[in-house]
Amino acid sequence: MSSLFNDRQQTQGLIFRIVSHGIHIDVLLLLGLLILLSVGLMVLFSAGGRDIELLLKQLMRAGTAFMILFFLAQIHPDRMRNLAYWVYGLGLILLVAVLVFGHEGKGAQRWLHLVFFRFQPSELMKLAVPLAMSTYLTERPLPPTALRLVIGLLMIVVPSFLIAKQPDLGTSLLIMSSGLIVLFISGIRWRIILGFIIFCPLVFPILWYIMHAYQRQRVLTFLNPESDPLGASYHIIQSKIAIGSGGVFGRGWLEGTQSHLEFLPERSTDFIFAVIAEEFGLIGVSLLLFWYLLVAGRGIFIAIQAQTSFSRLLAGSISMTFLVYVFVNVGMVTGLLPVVGVPLPLVSYGGTSMVTILAEFGILMSIHTHRRMMVP
Amino acid sequence: MSSKSQMSLRVILTDHLRESRLVNDRLIFAAFFAIILFMIVIVRLVVLQIMEYEYFDSLSDKNHVDIGALPPQRGLIFDRNGVILAENIPTFSLELIPEKVIDIDNTLSNLAMMLSLSADSLTALKQRINKQRRFNRVVVQQLLTEKEVASLSVNLHRFPGVDIVGRLIRHYPHGNLFAHTVGYVGRINERDQETIDEFNYKGTMQIGKTGVERYYEKMLHGIVGHRKIETNVQGRVVRESQGVASLAGDDLFLHLDLNLQRVASNALGDYKGSVVALDPRTGGVLAMVSKPDFDPNDFVTGISKKEYIILRDSTDRPLFDRTLRGYYPPGSTLKPFVALAGLEFGVVDEHTKTFDPGWFILPGQDHRYRCWKDNGHGYVDLKTSIAQSCDVYFYNLANALGIDRMHNFLDLFGFGHRTGIDLPGESKGLSPSRQWKRINRNLSWYPGETLISGIGQGFNQTTPIQLAQAAAILAMRGINTLPQVLLSRRKSGENKMQLQFIVTTNNLAIVDSKNWKIVIDSMVEVVHGEHGTARHIGIKLPFNVAGKTGTAQVFGIKQGEEYDTDGLAKKLHDHALFIAFAPAERPEFVVAIVVENGGSGSKIAAPIARKIIKNYFGMSVNEQSV
Repeated sequence: MSSLFNDRQQTQGLIFRIVSHGIHIDVLLLLGLLILLSVGLMVLFSAGGRDIELLLKQLMRAGTAFMILFFLAQIHPDRMRNLAYWVYGLGLILLVAVLVFGHEGKGAQRWLHLVFFRFQPSELMKLAVPLAMSTYLTERPLPPTALRLVIGLLMIVVPSFLIAKQPDLGTSLLIMSSGLIVLFISGIRWRIILGFIIFCPLVFPILWYIMHAYQRQRVLTFLNPESDPLGASYHIIQSKIAIGSGGVFGRGWLEGTQSHLEFLPERSTDFIFAVIAEEFGLIGVSLLLFWYLLVAGRGIFIAIQAQTSFSRLLAGSISMTFLVYVFVNVGMVTGLLPVVGVPLPLVSYGGTSMVTILAEFGILMSIHTHRRMMVP
Repeated sequence: MSSKSQMSLRVILTDHLRESRLVNDRLIFAAFFAIILFMIVIVRLVVLQIMEYEYFDSLSDKNHVDIGALPPQRGLIFDRNGVILAENIPTFSLELIPEKVIDIDNTLSNLAMMLSLSADSLTALKQRINKQRRFNRVVVQQLLTEKEVASLSVNLHRFPGVDIVGRLIRHYPHGNLFAHTVGYVGRINERDQETIDEFNYKGTMQIGKTGVERYYEKMLHGIVGHRKIETNVQGRVVRESQGVASLAGDDLFLHLDLNLQRVASNALGDYKGSVVALDPRTGGVLAMVSKPDFDPNDFVTGISKKEYIILRDSTDRPLFDRTLRGYYPPGSTLKPFVALAGLEFGVVDEHTKTFDPGWFILPGQDHRYRCWKDNGHGYVDLKTSIAQSCDVYFYNLANALGIDRMHNFLDLFGFGHRTGIDLPGESKGLSPSRQWKRINRNLSWYPGETLISGIGQGFNQTTPIQLAQAAAILAMRGINTLPQVLLSRRKSGENKMQLQFIVTTNNLAIVDSKNWKIVIDSMVEVVHGEHGTARHIGIKLPFNVAGKTGTAQVFGIKQGEEYDTDGLAKKLHDHALFIAFAPAERPEFVVAIVVENGGSGSKIAAPIARKIIKNYFGMSVNEQSV
């Protein structure tokens, strides 16, 4: 009997095994996520002006998102693999639908108004791109051939372009990076990667062309913050003051002045990191960043432990993309990167991105808890 | 097992091992890369929070310089004679910021006493405050009177966090009269938020919701300005300085004529329906009325939910713009267009006569398609059948034309297409065809449907603006001029008027000029002929009017039944329609009228047209002289 299980499983207790293989939940990951979420709620209480209703709303969304996590964790990775192209295709159709039916507005059109609820197809694409890429690349032995590489790139570029057109540059970049991460993990040659890095600056003019005026403005203000006194640079200046004045130990919970005197814009959504930095100081934010690394580290561990290349690629991409989210948000709030409107995962106020992120962790849990126990 | 399959198994195994090693190497590399990125972030935080701590800390303790937006003044809207239709009036509102109020319950009850607010509105206000975030402004009371402003400002020092704010708000001096055309502005909601340029709307409270206000939002809004506001750590404003001034929106001048609009509205009276008047030479919309209407001023300051529900759920649908969106069967007003098709395709000529016994029967069927006149019109030609609106003539003509030719020809007059008018939310209408029915109903076309389409019944649905535009194309002998509400605009700060372009097309150039004349002469016969269905409105006019009455069935009458006006619920009464243009020879005025459940086009709709035409040509609308 014991030879049927690998040694790790033997050391674990009965309850742990039931949770892991009965209801397909990875306890460590769940713990990590719950702590992030609690930190988020605590900060939100301060940033939102002690608004209980705001907290309840966020809590309800978290509940919904966890239900989706739980549901996805039950689905066997093989099944996901079978559905990958369908999900990807559906996502593409919905993206086109958004562009076609959302013709009237001059600004961003990201929502599809379905009969019962509003839905952002670009969020579905965040799942679909790594899923479909992992499926496609592992149809043949890795590393991928040149042809597969090109088709894989197309699978990334098409949805990214459609989303950039909405316009939602932040999401577009995230989806692009989630796909590129799959390509990287799949083992494409270093030569090609190097080629990409040289090639990238050449793509910039094309990107510039498809950008909307306000997105160009954001890039310009990033390069020259003084040029836009009302907009993005104001955000950056305020958030830098909030972060800097937090010092090593911070002003204490609910004591932030910048965040409470209407000075810091979007303090409960995209710029919530600045509130954390002001109230909890360098120690607080370092701990938070460390915790993000731990959660993603568990994901990478799951990827390494996974038994199929498909699972490895998918789990690896999900974990790394999660870190990209954090990096882009914190980079934007601290003035390292331009303001692109990416929320801080599981902490920022808002429902859609939370659902997507927890759905991705549901997939991770499914990968980890559906492993066959036989040593191959 | 053969050695060959063992070999391949080994190959697969080694491949698998190699593959997983490759992937795992990459995963570990990626993880290290991520750690490096995070280190960079930490370094950045160390720079901000340790090395530059003193600098930022002193900044956060100092007076805070904030950039406040200066919202631009919204452009004004005038009629063609410069009479103001939408203006901005200064108002004061009492507002508070919950976070800055020390004792909110006490403050609110005191304010409620001073403003004599009811208990209901006080609880509603408390609810609103609890829903909002604590640092957002909440409006306690809008449109303060001068007296209230005076008494409040004296006592304001007792209530920290409460202040009186002066704002310009939109006002429509003519109330209901332009409710659907000029439209109204309202509070910017979440949906608007998704489409506007956030930067330019900083500080703007209202946005065009319907009509001209919405269509020309971009021109009317203007460009935001900004100034520096210095606040201390307690959040109190210490100093304000001028930065960049805002640029007001453009003033718009419309083709609409206040006087004509008023006459049209009065002429329609308490009926539901729509009146549109166009200048066919420019496409200018001279009057545009949809009834019932509402007071747009109610929407500007935020209509109460109760009032809104009453308006929205009223069976009369006052919020619904009938002119652009109302679907009505064109009825007999379609006949001149069908007649022109008949002439153009050579199916009939001026002298072709048909015998009307009071009904028409398709060969091989026994269903009787009835004429509105029970005993029939006897022998009729084209002119008489238009003048007297003989149905049987047109059953015959439609049958000979066939639905395809009829549909394609009516297409050129814009039936089933949006006119492209510069107002939001126009509907397409419906001009049926074989293809349409197959796609939408998945049914084949029946010959009987061609007949009733020929008299503007059946599937046919037109909007009043479409009818007016079709009449205008007819009046101009085929020239299609895009209907527009906007006449010209004046850019803010400049004294120059910029005229709106007139856009014309002509898809009907091939039509024989003789045929235009026949149809238009027949329409003159409607108004001025001895037996014309609208002969009573042609009296004592110094020029010829070409018109066509229509009475559109809402309610199908079964074979052998009589239409009994008294026994029928009002909402099932026929719609009364009338289209006309004048002078018939050199048209400068087109009018289309739809009176919902008005009964007869000749008795109800046509007299409205007379009043409007008389007013436009400078004659007294009162009929004492007749």
